[in-house]
Amino acid sequence: MQSVKEIGPEAQYAQYLRSGRFMIQRCRKTGQHIFYPRVAEPGTGHDDLEWVQASGFGVVYATTVVRRKNDSESYNVALIDLAEGPRVMSRVTALEPGGVKIGMPVEAFIEQQDEQSVLMFKSVEGS
Amino acid sequence: MQRGTTSIVGIATDGCGEAPGFSAIELAARASLKAIADAGLEVDEIDGLFGILPQDPFGTLTMAEYLGVRPRITDNNRTGGSSFEQQAMHAALCLEAGLCKAALIFYGSVQRSMSRKLVTSKSPPFPYEDTYRPFNPPSSYALAASRHMHEFGTTQRQLAQVAVSAREWANLNPEAFMQGELSIEDCLNARMVSDPLTVRDCCLVTDGAAAIVMVKNDRARDCPKPPVHLLGGASATWHRYISQATDICTTAAAESGPAAFAAGGCTVADVDLVMLYDAFTINTLLFLEDLGFCGKGEAGPFVESGAISPGGSLPVNTNGGGLSCVHPGMYGLFMIVEAASQIRGEAGARQIDECDLALVHANGGVLSSQSTLILGSEMAR
Repeated sequence: MQSVKEIGPEAQYAQYLRSGRFMIQRCRKTGQHIFYPRVAEPGTGHDDLEWVQASGFGVVYATTVVRRKNDSESYNVALIDLAEGPRVMSRVTALEPGGVKIGMPVEAFIEQQDEQSVLMFKSVEGS
Repeated sequence: MQRGTTSIVGIATDGCGEAPGFSAIELAARASLKAIADAGLEVDEIDGLFGILPQDPFGTLTMAEYLGVRPRITDNNRTGGSSFEQQAMHAALCLEAGLCKAALIFYGSVQRSMSRKLVTSKSPPFPYEDTYRPFNPPSSYALAASRHMHEFGTTQRQLAQVAVSAREWANLNPEAFMQGELSIEDCLNARMVSDPLTVRDCCLVTDGAAAIVMVKNDRARDCPKPPVHLLGGASATWHRYISQATDICTTAAAESGPAAFAAGGCTVADVDLVMLYDAFTINTLLFLEDLGFCGKGEAGPFVESGAISPGGSLPVNTNGGGLSCVHPGMYGLFMIVEAASQIRGEAGARQIDECDLALVHANGGVLSSQSTLILGSEMAR
């Protein structure tokens, strides 16, 4: 017989990500999507939350380039508004770090970095 | 907290700039002793202890032991740079309630001599941001600046003007760490840290300590220096991490500012001196807007007109600010000291005319904690 061990939403999110899925929470009462994962909806305390697959689509809300001495090591850090509403910090790849622009449509993908599964974004094809 | 029932009667700084060979508590204790003497009090009269030693979670206990005082109330409240504005409000409440009779607020850090890095305290891991290695705090403020430029057409030149104005004030302040000419071009050509912020858009990393003493008004009359009254104050927190800010171009200063004005019974038009927590140049723009000194999106052109430079229409950060005077990890207490110096008329070459009402606005975290105080002279009370 297998014992089911309850895990918190942070561990649950990481587990989904490891299995290749970008999942976010939604409050059953208000319909609002929530990120980062929490035990209850911020502002209301509603704890009737469900996990739903994020569409992965979003738009760049703000962007910066963290500059390194060796400029080839400089990298992008961006805030992205998900189509579902919540905002996430991430990196938009496959562009010059300074080529990431506010308002740019982007799409999520999951990248394996060593042992970690990391949520990243790339600019939407043809945009 | 009632309007004008408590006063700042002692102020001091110590070791501002570089203080190699000293520890944080040594600087903080020296500033504290100077502030207590400035207030005309004896050390053992301090019975309320408020403050922070950045590396010490039990800072008030350590300071109580170090000074040999036995406080009846202590408060280590930590909201980053704005901690001390909140502690001043808490001290006022404790004085009003009779929980203490003489409150000391202190801070000291040897961040520059220790590490030369901007490290104030260890935060718990936050994988939803840490993974992407934002160079914090600059990157969080850079994100806000990027958005402000996008929404309002704010320019890097306008950001640079904030740094230039701060330097012009610093050049009038012998205690300011950075002195000398600074041009817009110097700022624009400076090393980029996190776009669009260059090293000149970022505050200093210095050593330094500050301390103030607060008592109730009836006791303030017996103190040697003119009392600086706490007329109003308010704080607001809307987020902790920059990715969770609803609108990164509008801070909770838009809430704390009006509440502080209401408590102080005054308006923007009454303010003689504005102290804004300029950890980064974008802060000054955001706070000028959120506190009502100009409209949303208008702070760039406002500072570009020279309004906040010496001789301009609005004296802002007359000590040279965190950008050019002092920033030892947390800067909030130094702002109160500068405002009190100006209200007392002790600010030397940078003294502004008729400083009866000062607004002190402090920031903590990454635009997270916002805290506004209204300080005034006997005239303003």
